[in-house]
Amino acid sequence: MSNVFFLVLRRMRAPLILVITVFSVCVFGLALIPGVDADGNATPPLSLFHAVYVMAYTATTIGFGELPTAFSEAQRMWMVFAILVSVTSWSYALVTLVALLQDPAFRNALRTARLAQRVRNLNEPFYIVCGYGETGALVTRGLDTLGYRVVMIEPNEARLRELMLEDLRTDPTIAVADASSPAVLQRAGLGSPFCRGVIALTEDDDTNIAITVAVRLLSPRLPVMARVRWVHVAEINLTAFGADLVINPFERFASLLASAVATPEHYHLRELLTGLSGSDAPERFRPPHGHWIVCGYGRFGHAVTTQLRRNGMSVTIIDQKHYDEGTVTVQGTGTEPDELREAGIHHSVGIVAGNDRDVKNLAIAVTARTMNPGIFVVTRQNKESNAPLFEAFADDLAMVPSRIVASEFLSVITTPLLAAFLHEMPNRDEQWCAGISARLEAATPGRVPHNWTLKVSPRNAEAVYRDVADGKDVSLAHLLTDPHDRERRIPAVALLVSRAGTMIYRPGPDTLLQVDDEVLFAGPESARRRIELSARNDDILDYVRTGRESNGGTLWRIARRRRLRRHRLRRGSRR
Amino acid sequence: MNFEKIVFGFFITLAATLNFGFTIGNLGDPLLHNVWELAAAILVSLIATVLKFGDRTQLGAVHLATSLVADLQLIGSGIVWTLYSHVAGSDPLSTHQMATVVSLSAGALFANTISVVLMITESVMLRR
Repeated sequence: MSNVFFLVLRRMRAPLILVITVFSVCVFGLALIPGVDADGNATPPLSLFHAVYVMAYTATTIGFGELPTAFSEAQRMWMVFAILVSVTSWSYALVTLVALLQDPAFRNALRTARLAQRVRNLNEPFYIVCGYGETGALVTRGLDTLGYRVVMIEPNEARLRELMLEDLRTDPTIAVADASSPAVLQRAGLGSPFCRGVIALTEDDDTNIAITVAVRLLSPRLPVMARVRWVHVAEINLTAFGADLVINPFERFASLLASAVATPEHYHLRELLTGLSGSDAPERFRPPHGHWIVCGYGRFGHAVTTQLRRNGMSVTIIDQKHYDEGTVTVQGTGTEPDELREAGIHHSVGIVAGNDRDVKNLAIAVTARTMNPGIFVVTRQNKESNAPLFEAFADDLAMVPSRIVASEFLSVITTPLLAAFLHEMPNRDEQWCAGISARLEAATPGRVPHNWTLKVSPRNAEAVYRDVADGKDVSLAHLLTDPHDRERRIPAVALLVSRAGTMIYRPGPDTLLQVDDEVLFAGPESARRRIELSARNDDILDYVRTGRESNGGTLWRIARRRRLRRHRLRRGSRR
Repeated sequence: MNFEKIVFGFFITLAATLNFGFTIGNLGDPLLHNVWELAAAILVSLIATVLKFGDRTQLGAVHLATSLVADLQLIGSGIVWTLYSHVAGSDPLSTHQMATVVSLSAGALFANTISVVLMITESVMLRR
């Protein structure tokens, strides 16, 4: 802020000197010219004080009149001059100041200073989100719901106006700037101890890569996530700098869709884990096996077709543009009944409307449903804003690319261990996933569970850390025991234990904890509180481990020890 | 030769000399101190202050600070004089009253002296 203040001072130098000089000349003149009394006799000039007084109300155009007595003709002549000069110089100074305040460069400096100030005052965990598009909006809303603050960097002011109208719990801090410059990221709080991560969601792949590189080099420990549309760009540039997660929405979308059709349990578990915690649990889809129709054979259609065929389905493709390439069976858009009949709609079990136009996809879906009411309809929804249309149609499965990216970024950036778990999932079979889903659904009925990580360290789980360091056995079953009643279990699932680089997936209850282990839990919010209670309190941990109830506090412990000793002594003497 | 430097040096020196001229003489004797000289000293001191605006170096900051002190003391001295002569209505001022006015301006003289010393140091340290 002080920089801006000095900037104003420096620019105001000339007008200020002019005002001071003109004012002084007028005062001195007025204090030299003789006055006149009521009888026409010459009187001594105004004193300096009176001259300052008269000029003060004249220069500012207030004009009280001729005070303290009526002026002489000579004084009036001087006043004419003084009024013209002083008012002009005064207005000039004001106009310069106003022009300075409206100068784009100055306003920019002011905004930068204000941003730095607001980021400095942010003393709670926050995330930097670059780019406010559909995905950016979803991520911002999600972080807000989870109770994190957001610093949004977006160069387009028109888009930011939308953000300001969003109904959020806390106002996001906004930076109107291009995030590809490291200085902008630093101003937005990259070096702040409260910054928890950076999410790059700008329209431009190169910008996202630049952000990732800058974060990696400036704050190597901070998680950074980038959305990249062109896979090869991402592979070459980002993995070299170790971005924590790179999402290619098209590929992710297609593989998820295929997973939803071919391996519904995998898809369901993923939805449960990456959904916004506390929201309604996703419905379970049971897409049929058999003949499928894919409308639209672009990048998305290609990926879906490949995945469907890999999972043993037969696929007919309808497309207009790519007909000449040879692989397309039917030429057309899929909105005409004839084309659908030709593709064999009556003996198909499912149809994928995968164009990049929402209206076209809806038209295909409606036509298909009329011709074959039992068909399973999968629609690709491109714009989040079209959600009401898709909801009204009640399709079997609507997938929104921006929502996929947003939910995955959100869940992974808030619990980094989840990424490891999601990475492992494709290597496991359907039964494995179904088992976990069932336990999660039992733990938090009807809701998306909350994911969190517990680290066996003196800071996060001091009681467990002390016991483990002392060589005592603490197992997951102990942590999952209800601290209020030892007979009951806490409804939470331990998904993963990360131990010195190796991962133990779905650890059993007898898994013994070691120092620096990280455990990924999923369950309701209340379960987290109870587990942390046992993990942090020695007495409670003692209770869940051994069943011995003890009174809390060091003093009590000493007193009890003494009582025990006395008791033993007494018994000994009796004997 | 830099015109800006000349103007800067001129005003700083003039502020100090005018202040000195007003202050010198028996502290309590109204005959030895001219109200016009005080007014001129205030004017020049104000201009010198504005000239120092916006220099963000350490030396510039000290320059500005000393100038602000000089302004404060000189304007204080002017206000006190006005209070005695116009509000209290004593003409000429008593020895005690005059001494108050002049000692305030003597304080300003000290600040102005620091300003001049700073300026000289700055130019001596300048490598040719």
